[in-house]
Amino acid sequence: MDFQVVILAGGFSSNLVPLVSKEVPKALLPVANRPVLSYVLDLLESNNLKDLIVVVEGEDAALKVGGWISSACVDRLHVEVAAVAENVGTAGALRAIAHHLTAKDILIVSGDIVSDIPPGAVAATHRRHDAAVTVMLCAQPVSGPSESGGSGGKDKTKKPACDDIIGLDSLKQFLLYIAKGAEIKKDTRVKKSILCAAGKMEIRSDLMDSHIYAFKRSVLQEVLDQKPAFRSLKEDVLPYLVRTQLRSEIFSDQNNVEENGNGNGKNNMQNNEVVLSQILSNASLPSFHQVYESGLDSRKTHKCCVYIADESKYFVRLNSIQAFMDVNRDVIGDANHLSGYSFSAHHNIVHPSAELGSKTTVGPHCMLGEGSQVGDKCSVKRSVIGRHCRIGSNVKIVNSVVMDHATIGDGCSIQGSVICSNAQLQERVTLRDCQVEAGYVVCAGSEHKGEIFARK
Amino acid sequence: MGAQKKGGGARVSEDAVEQSRQRLQAILLADSFATKFRPVTLERPKVLLPIVNVPMIDYTLAWLESAGIEEVFVFCCAHSMQVIEYLEKSEWYSHPNLLVRTIESHKSISAGDALRYMYEQQTETSQIQGDFVLVSGDTVSNMPLTDLIQEHRERKKKDEKAIMTMVIKQSKSSQLTHQSRLGTDQLFIAVDPLTKQLLHYEEDKIDHPSGSVCLEKSLLDTNPSVLVCNDMQDCYIDICSPEVLSLFEDNFDYQHLRRHFVKGVLVDDIMGYKIFTHEIHSSYAGRIDNFRSYDTVSKDIIQRWTYPYVPDINFSGNRPLKLGRQGIYRASDVVQSRSADVGASTVIGYGTKIGNGDKISNSVIGNGCYIGSNVVIEGSYIWNNVTIEDGCEIRNAIVCDGVKIRAGAVLQPGVVLSFNVVVGRDFVVPAYSKVSLLQQPTTEDSDEELEYADSSSGTADHLSGLNLQMESKASELGPDGAGYIWEACEGAHDEEWKHSVAPIPKDKLSEITQAIDDEDTDDESVVPASGELKSDADSINTDVNDPNDDYYYFEKEVEGTVLRAVEENIKVDLVTLEINGLRLSYNMESADCAGATFYSMIKLAVDTPHNSASELYKNAASIITNWKELLGFYVKKIDEQIEVIMKFEEMCQESPKELGPLFTQILHLLYDKDVLQEDAILRWAEEKAGADEADKVYLKQCDTFIQWLKEASEEEDEDDEDEEEDD
Repeated sequence: MDFQVVILAGGFSSNLVPLVSKEVPKALLPVANRPVLSYVLDLLESNNLKDLIVVVEGEDAALKVGGWISSACVDRLHVEVAAVAENVGTAGALRAIAHHLTAKDILIVSGDIVSDIPPGAVAATHRRHDAAVTVMLCAQPVSGPSESGGSGGKDKTKKPACDDIIGLDSLKQFLLYIAKGAEIKKDTRVKKSILCAAGKMEIRSDLMDSHIYAFKRSVLQEVLDQKPAFRSLKEDVLPYLVRTQLRSEIFSDQNNVEENGNGNGKNNMQNNEVVLSQILSNASLPSFHQVYESGLDSRKTHKCCVYIADESKYFVRLNSIQAFMDVNRDVIGDANHLSGYSFSAHHNIVHPSAELGSKTTVGPHCMLGEGSQVGDKCSVKRSVIGRHCRIGSNVKIVNSVVMDHATIGDGCSIQGSVICSNAQLQERVTLRDCQVEAGYVVCAGSEHKGEIFARK
Repeated sequence: MGAQKKGGGARVSEDAVEQSRQRLQAILLADSFATKFRPVTLERPKVLLPIVNVPMIDYTLAWLESAGIEEVFVFCCAHSMQVIEYLEKSEWYSHPNLLVRTIESHKSISAGDALRYMYEQQTETSQIQGDFVLVSGDTVSNMPLTDLIQEHRERKKKDEKAIMTMVIKQSKSSQLTHQSRLGTDQLFIAVDPLTKQLLHYEEDKIDHPSGSVCLEKSLLDTNPSVLVCNDMQDCYIDICSPEVLSLFEDNFDYQHLRRHFVKGVLVDDIMGYKIFTHEIHSSYAGRIDNFRSYDTVSKDIIQRWTYPYVPDINFSGNRPLKLGRQGIYRASDVVQSRSADVGASTVIGYGTKIGNGDKISNSVIGNGCYIGSNVVIEGSYIWNNVTIEDGCEIRNAIVCDGVKIRAGAVLQPGVVLSFNVVVGRDFVVPAYSKVSLLQQPTTEDSDEELEYADSSSGTADHLSGLNLQMESKASELGPDGAGYIWEACEGAHDEEWKHSVAPIPKDKLSEITQAIDDEDTDDESVVPASGELKSDADSINTDVNDPNDDYYYFEKEVEGTVLRAVEENIKVDLVTLEINGLRLSYNMESADCAGATFYSMIKLAVDTPHNSASELYKNAASIITNWKELLGFYVKKIDEQIEVIMKFEEMCQESPKELGPLFTQILHLLYDKDVLQEDAILRWAEEKAGADEADKVYLKQCDTFIQWLKEASEEEDEDDEDEEEDD
């Protein structure tokens, strides 16, 4: 068994209300009419990572996700779905499924990623350095959501503020420092000891943690066991490992490891691994970790590595409504290679079974799902329309997402909005930057801007 | 004058041709403004001390000359006469390509003073015309300068604010001692990796003895990528624009080039001046700052890193030596006994005699020395005209001109013998001792103390008088010796080994290793085990570098004002006037004033001696009653009143034992005295209702009070309505 992949698919994320509901957990939110989870699964499959555990928060959500997975890809992948309690945090989730983890290294992927960055590369980097943890970093989106001024609206106040401050060594191989959340609002304080060991540190605020991690299983489990207070991988476990990399406590007590039943073979294996990693990394010079270790005996180190994704790669996490709009727009637009569909000459996808009325135009970067009907004189631009939607005449849909089975009455105008499945817009509704919950009915003739329609 | 200067600057930048034709100028500071080479520098200026038998200043001048500098201003301070005399005798005054001018000032006690003096002189004679190179006279280098100056000029043309380019060189400091090869403390600099702009400069120990380097948040906001280097060494070679001089003039408190000037420029964002760095890779640059760097640079010269400034080449009127195998440089007229064993990397000067059975290795021996038989010299620097009698052992020592070491004496590692010292027969000079004929100044004022202050005036008399005293008094070096062993300065004793010529002894190293272990475990306690980063950051944040700096200072000032007002019973309107003034100068809101005033008052109450909670309450009550007008002035609006309550809550949280139990009582008092209105209290309670449990402690404490208020206000409302109806 090589790499085991854990997909943290979350549950009903509160950020995404009203898009998520009891029926649709976050993992199953449609991106270009496919659940977002399918993008992660495809990505992993294309990297030949087929041994997966999908961790879902909440039994109900797990059932839903499990149902979808068994229908969609049971033949291609070996997927286990594990349910954990809600609000246990990422570290808690891993703690709960610890007994499932058996492989030497664990790749942890967030379930809401739409990206074309190969996770296999992360795994390779991890192996090459024999690291305790490897983090994938990618370039921070330069200035928030690009283009499409219409969809901004609600999130305009959101600044492209940096989320992470990251310190790398001069070869950009190792992670020396990481600050997150509240820390980045303060002055950055870098430990002199690590600076001295590494010589140089490049501090970047233009990179972000992309929530794909490779952990050495023994390390991960030990940290989770030793620090029961850790809730989040990103905010607790990772910074802890980075902080302690020059005085690792993880391997310090071998007895502990042996007690865990892994036996004496472990010691030898580790020695071999060190040699192996030296060969693999093809390093004529020892890494600064080794130098440091040799300088101070009785000191253990572990390595925290990074894999920096190419800037040309696409990466978005679907963790806000804005991100949901962006992803949908990008997957049928700029990053259409992700969608897995073949586009027509007009750069759009209209399912053959969809019916279009006369004088209706479907612009580029649009998608029209199976069995949907669009009335006369409609105009659809840069929008995704799900399956079996019924859209009346004289309807304008711009920069929006309409999910399956939605009904839109005549003369509606929808801009920058999300209409969830089974929702109904009566005639002449004008929506701008709104979200309509699944099954909600918006009354005829109303005009709304920046509102959320949900049953309380 | 400022305008005139500006005009000049603009013209220069316009006329690139004129600029490139400009003379290349340099300022050479022939004084280190430090006392690290004492006691040697009491008698001779540092720049004239020989390094591998050539005075340091010759290396610097020779390098400047060959690097294309046309005019050098040698700034002399301590022992200025000696420097000037030396230059006059040397061939530098008559050098065809290099114009050497000396500037003498005795008032300067720091590099900053020196540059200010230059600036004043400049306005009279306009000596410095454009960009110049600033070096100190103890620099050994062979780096090319013209390209760098060109680079600096071009950058300056593009960006007016780029006033200085600083030369750095890779040099990893030791992991154990945190000290560079040159014996300086490790340096942390932050550089923009693309533009090479210097963003942060921090010398270990001097600035923050803490275990971390602190980069300001704004730094990272403006630069997406910052390179923090620990493996760089500051060469103290700077290319400066004329603005640097005027900056020194403007900031009269700038003393040290780095600690004050560079840091000052980096911190000051009003002027927006920028400093850039230039890393040299293949050329050599080193500054002799202490005895350890003296040792290091000497070795580098012998190993020919500083080529062409090596002993076998005549670069400054020195008599070249002959280079033999194994890096042995020998003068042609050395008299060496057959049985003497001269080992690798050794320099032996003219007219020196080496006796039978001597063992010499890794050492420099000057001109005109006499070395007896069976002498062992290892890793030492023997200057000119030194007599070493038979059977001496000298290890890792510096022995200045004219010293006599009598037979059988031993110099332990790290010893420095100043001029004309005599070591008695069979005397063992203890390790790291510094010996001089001059007595150690009894009052060490400070580090900044002047070299010339006690030397240039007193040295001559001293020296003449010394011969008389020698036999009678100065016999700390055995019965037939002469010289005083200097006490190490207090506190510096442990550090002596760090800056000495001697290598760091093994036991010290293991000691340090141990210390580092301890240090790290100390760190561990700072890092919270639970991984709650917030508390980590908070604990760090208690120091003054708070983002709320301004408020902090503002609060302090208000506190002072209120304290004074209470003590001297100043009128309320005068106090408000003063606080308003503070408010304007700190750009604060009036709610801040309310908070700060209230804070000061409660603080005063707490600081007044009291034995019990009730006494504290009485204190607070009396202050609030007496000064409620003042407080009332600032708490007219509901928001300000809420601010006061929040502030109070904050204070209670800080000292939960003392103030905590009184929260409700004092709140009630404030209400009774009409400082706070019930609306404010209720609004505060509402706001707090949604807070964390931990934050609600005080809300709960005054639950009944609020309940009572609510009821009261309802009644009042009814009353109001009634009244209205009545109207």
